[in-house]
Amino acid sequence: MLDRRTLLRGMGGAALAGSGLLPRLAAAADKPALTTGLPEGVYDTADLEALPGKKPLIKLSYRPPNYETPASYFDSAFTPNDAFFVRYHLARIPARLDAATWKIKVGGEGATAPVELDLADLKNGFEQVEIAAVCQCSGNRRGLSDPHVPGVQWGLGAMGSARWKGVRLKDVLAKAGLRKEAIEIVVNGADGPVLDKTPDFVKSIPVWKALDENTLIAWEMNGEPLPHFNGFPVRLVVPGWTATYWMKHLVTVEAVSKPFDGFWVKSAYRIPTGRFPVTQHFLTQMTETSEPITEMVVNLVVAAPAPGHKAKAGRPLEIRGVAWDAGYGIRRVEVSLDEGKTWREAALGQDHGRFAFRPWSFRFTPMKPGTVTVLAKASNGIGQTQAEALIFNPAGYHNNVIRPLAITVV
Amino acid sequence: MRPLLPILAALIAAIAAAGVGRGEEKPVPLKPGPGEDVVAANCNACHSLDYIRINAPFMTGKTWEAEVSKMINAFGATIEPADAKTITDYLARSYGRPG
Repeated sequence: MLDRRTLLRGMGGAALAGSGLLPRLAAAADKPALTTGLPEGVYDTADLEALPGKKPLIKLSYRPPNYETPASYFDSAFTPNDAFFVRYHLARIPARLDAATWKIKVGGEGATAPVELDLADLKNGFEQVEIAAVCQCSGNRRGLSDPHVPGVQWGLGAMGSARWKGVRLKDVLAKAGLRKEAIEIVVNGADGPVLDKTPDFVKSIPVWKALDENTLIAWEMNGEPLPHFNGFPVRLVVPGWTATYWMKHLVTVEAVSKPFDGFWVKSAYRIPTGRFPVTQHFLTQMTETSEPITEMVVNLVVAAPAPGHKAKAGRPLEIRGVAWDAGYGIRRVEVSLDEGKTWREAALGQDHGRFAFRPWSFRFTPMKPGTVTVLAKASNGIGQTQAEALIFNPAGYHNNVIRPLAITVV
Repeated sequence: MRPLLPILAALIAAIAAAGVGRGEEKPVPLKPGPGEDVVAANCNACHSLDYIRINAPFMTGKTWEAEVSKMINAFGATIEPADAKTITDYLARSYGRPG
């Protein structure tokens, strides 16, 4: 489909430049369609900009690069690699990453037979598996927290769903002789901080999660090598858990018999203990007051109609999007047109597996001009549904509040 | 020039095979005011200045101060105490709300 920018280019920018028409149109084309409720600074600052190898995404920060996927892409169960969101904490990202010489060190004091594996070792030495799974930043929708909280002010698009191909982390750990004393697996990537004193982004996961058959070391995404900004050449894939554990540019995997004490586990990515409806906890890192974020909460997004769309009275209108959770499976999406008094079931699209986006759609005919407010909520296989009121937390995590969508009918 | 072509082709192929990239960074202007230069000099060392602009205007003097402290204490930024004060004051004035 042609967007306005492509059209402008096709029309010949030089001819238009002199007319005074181009700058205004071009500026408008660079402004992304943002959801409501974000801090004013986001509307002033966020632009549609393309990183190398990527389509124009919603740029929140250049360095480190934080770019979110426009919501219109969630009209599909799979998010294209070149539109997949980008999130880094620290700005020293190698400009060149070489798959041919890449090595992953697997060991640590919790392993008896440390090994160093290159990509060929991974591909030839272990059973290959592919899994469809949602990768969602813990802070997705932070920008919608009320009150606002500091951090990258993500809207709806710090997430995506893809088919990830790789090998099971548990098979790789078995090769390294995982000891029974190991309680956590510590992972690090090739990117790092600008200053030596800044804590490197290193994460750990409980050993039981590392041994889950769905947890992978992956080199492929939607049938292609991982994009540079999504972890090339190999990353961790932890289906059901937020993206903070999906270490990009993976270089070390270490089994440890004591709780890892790095900043990004001990101090960051934590939620108030027991406040959220999650069933998987990271017990060795839990305290009375806080615990690491783990599973994603059940949620949905509306991809269409686009913000500002004008529906026609008397004509059928289709609302579409995707729903997801931590892997219990989306059981139901319901829509209300009367502020939650009554709910009707939306149609669910193809099931690509319990960790993937589940498309949904709902058709109705708005009868008279004005504004229709649509509410939509998803429920999962263990009876969880979305929050009616925000469960506030200082980092703005787990925001799955039902969001009213106002549609203008003309 | 002909002998160069295969080399060029190989180079392009090599670049395509490896993950290559670094985004283009356009200047991010800050609101003019006393301390703007100190903010640009210190904060920009580790992150682009759009980080500041998107976190506005809901932050208060107190929460901006906490952010600056976090950058120094948790992230190891070397900022002189006097500069830290200048930065906090500038952020509160230019990208904050009263409180």
